[in-house]
Amino acid sequence: MSAVLEVRGLTKSFGGVLAVSNVSFSVAKAEMLALIGPNGAGKTTCFNMLMGQLPATAGDVLLHGEVITGMPPRKVWRRGIGRTFQITATYASMTVVENVQMALLSHHKRLFDVRRFAHRAYYDEAMQLLELVGMQTQSERACAVLAYGDLKRLELAIALAHDPQLLLMDEPTAGMAPKERIGLMQLTADIVEERQISALFTEHDMDVVFSHAHRVMVLNRGELIANGSVEDVRSDAQVQEVYLGGGSLFNEVAEGDHA
Amino acid sequence: MGLFIAQLLTGLANAAALFLVASGLSLIFGVTRIVNFAHGSFYMLGAFIGYSLMQVLPGAIGFWSSILLAGLAVGAIGVIVELLVLRPVYRAPELFQLVATFGVILVIQDLALMIWGAEDVLGPRAPGLKGIVRIMGEPVPQFDLALIAITPFVLFGLWYLISRTRVGILVRAATQDREMVGALGVNQSWLFTGVFFLGAALAGLGGAIQLPKGGADLLMDFNILASIFVVVVIGGMGSLPGAYIAAVLISVLNVFGVAYIPQSTLVLMFVVMAVVLTVRPYGLLGREEVAGEHGQVGEPEKPIKPAGNLARGLVALLLVLLACLPFVAEPFFTILATDVIVFCLFAASLHFLLGLGGMVSFGHAAYFGGGAYVAALLVNYASAPMELAFLMAPIGAGLLAVIIGWLCLRLSGVYFAMLTLALAQLVWSLVFQWDEFTGGDDGLVDIWPAEYLSDTTAYFYFTMVVGIGGILLLRHMAHTPFGYALRASRDSARQAEATGIHTKRIQWVAFTIAGVFAGLAGALFVFSKGSVFPVELEIAKSFDGLIVVFLGGVKTLSGGVVGAASLTVLQDFITRFEYWRLALGLVIIAVVIVAPRGIVGSIRAIAEQRFSRGEVER
Repeated sequence: MSAVLEVRGLTKSFGGVLAVSNVSFSVAKAEMLALIGPNGAGKTTCFNMLMGQLPATAGDVLLHGEVITGMPPRKVWRRGIGRTFQITATYASMTVVENVQMALLSHHKRLFDVRRFAHRAYYDEAMQLLELVGMQTQSERACAVLAYGDLKRLELAIALAHDPQLLLMDEPTAGMAPKERIGLMQLTADIVEERQISALFTEHDMDVVFSHAHRVMVLNRGELIANGSVEDVRSDAQVQEVYLGGGSLFNEVAEGDHA
Repeated sequence: MGLFIAQLLTGLANAAALFLVASGLSLIFGVTRIVNFAHGSFYMLGAFIGYSLMQVLPGAIGFWSSILLAGLAVGAIGVIVELLVLRPVYRAPELFQLVATFGVILVIQDLALMIWGAEDVLGPRAPGLKGIVRIMGEPVPQFDLALIAITPFVLFGLWYLISRTRVGILVRAATQDREMVGALGVNQSWLFTGVFFLGAALAGLGGAIQLPKGGADLLMDFNILASIFVVVVIGGMGSLPGAYIAAVLISVLNVFGVAYIPQSTLVLMFVVMAVVLTVRPYGLLGREEVAGEHGQVGEPEKPIKPAGNLARGLVALLLVLLACLPFVAEPFFTILATDVIVFCLFAASLHFLLGLGGMVSFGHAAYFGGGAYVAALLVNYASAPMELAFLMAPIGAGLLAVIIGWLCLRLSGVYFAMLTLALAQLVWSLVFQWDEFTGGDDGLVDIWPAEYLSDTTAYFYFTMVVGIGGILLLRHMAHTPFGYALRASRDSARQAEATGIHTKRIQWVAFTIAGVFAGLAGALFVFSKGSVFPVELEIAKSFDGLIVVFLGGVKTLSGGVVGAASLTVLQDFITRFEYWRLALGLVIIAVVIVAPRGIVGSIRAIAEQRFSRGEVER
């Protein structure tokens, strides 16, 4: 299987601090890949370099074999990557459905249109996306009054608007109730399966990771210390050391919230 | 060589007052995030109060203690302003305090007029320092040398206060993270008041210390405003040494400018600033700041929808009534209505930029006056027919906006605002000083419309069609994909960029569109008055625009137009009284305190409470 995304030697240093150090991996088609690690491990920095929010100090990112390092996010987006943010970013002065319509307008390159009304544009498509994430009943609400979990769902709908090949999800379930988390990740898994796209996500909740990821990578202090199947990573001594300081086993941590 | 050194020393001496005033502005902004437009007024008060004190206090001791007392007095006035005017509105939406400080300018102007009269005041010379010193044969006033010697001590004192004392630590902490300082148990309100005292006192000192050189007059508040903004921007916001270097740079350049290229003194300052900011966008010693984003602070605006049939019907009815005006009222009202529409279009164009785009421009008059001047120059030199001149005005203003927008959009937040102000002043100073071409202070006259529009009523209808057409077009754009992309760029640049929106380009186009429509308003203006003067490009004109947009309500679609209409009518009525500035200033301050959401925003809030429904603005 050819890789959708390939990362080679990705490095980021802030002054003297090496936030991400020589990270290499690839994402296969229709794969759910989890990137985990303790706070400050460099997960979000990694994400920001993948999509161009941050310039990389060294290394390359390839999408379908094409180098996208150094491109601004908007260009990476046009090449088929969609992302959600750890701290949600939505248009607070617009309604829920308008947030999705905005992404659709951008996708159809109608941003400079000053003739027609925007609130009618791609309305049905936007509603379908909202239905997909279970937000259709809130479509006319102002984005500013949404609950946090609903914002996360809305972000997913926005990220799916241009039919991406790859979804980058930075802590998609942070701030959600446990039931909601499973629901959202099941939904993501279904979308990945159905559309045959790939998803790379970071996550603190090990329940979510172990039940939905096809493969898990562990980042610690900017370095990739493990990369393999759920079982392999679970039993990896180094990973246990990082997460628990040695001691008890991963599968015993199930009930706690690690957000 | 002697002349060169003498001029250098004069420049250094002039830098003293400039540095004092600018450092006060920088301090106040750093801690409170308030751009204190009234800072020039504090400077003016310092000069007048210092002058009065010097009349009663004799000798050298009297002279210097007058300066110190003037500083303390202005500091106390600053505290009063902070307590009465600003404290009630700290929680108001972003930059709303601007309007309040503008109200303070007006009030202080009239109070100064009442107390000290309209005559310029000549400052007394410093006792014991009245003579001159010969340096390589050139005369240098002793007082200048004293100023040059004093300033570094003031700089050092301030630097010590800010970087070496406990108070200074609190001030710096508050500059970086106000909430955290509050959470650590520091009483923020009093910290703000204290900083306001210090900042105002510095401005007062600056005003008093320059008395022997410049005296005092009622125009000095606005005259220094642009210079101190330039100094703060060139030096870097919040940097005291930066402010000093910039003050010296500007003052020295000014002196040499006067000597060698007298027509370009004003222009020079802004050219230097443009160059510095092109190389170092955050000023010479300023650091890049994350706090300076475009966008909104506080409650986000409500989602918008195009007007329903009822609202459209009401607007149509209003327009029909307005069209009847020439038949039922005296010609005076027709002229007033023309003025109102012109100003409404100007305000609507600024609102497009400020409300929808979240880009706070302090220099929007450049496009209004720019458009007016383009038309006037074409008529004057090329004898262009009115139609052609009228068409070229918005195009010229648009081109100006393309250039200024490109320069300014590399920055955001307050830096953006300051740069728009400075570049607008550059345009103003060009027009003001290029006598032979623009007529300078005398303006351009005899710019009349074509024959068929020469009648007041005919021109009124022309203004209605073009002006209201422009307003409706701007409003329509708010509802189109472009308007949405503009709001998206304001609401969350991060999400917008991550979904393919080139936010800077969207903002640049919006900046240009706002310039075009302001230019259109300028064209309507120049042909209705038959003349244009540099005042149409002045800071005060830009501020007028800001005031009406804020007063009307930034976060509402019709805020700009409603604010402009109310203010023009109010101003027309109120200017018949002698102390109208005082009254207008008080009205503005009252509105700011009572209705911090603006007129439309407050009416809507009341209506919503009454009917408690609707998340959508009509």
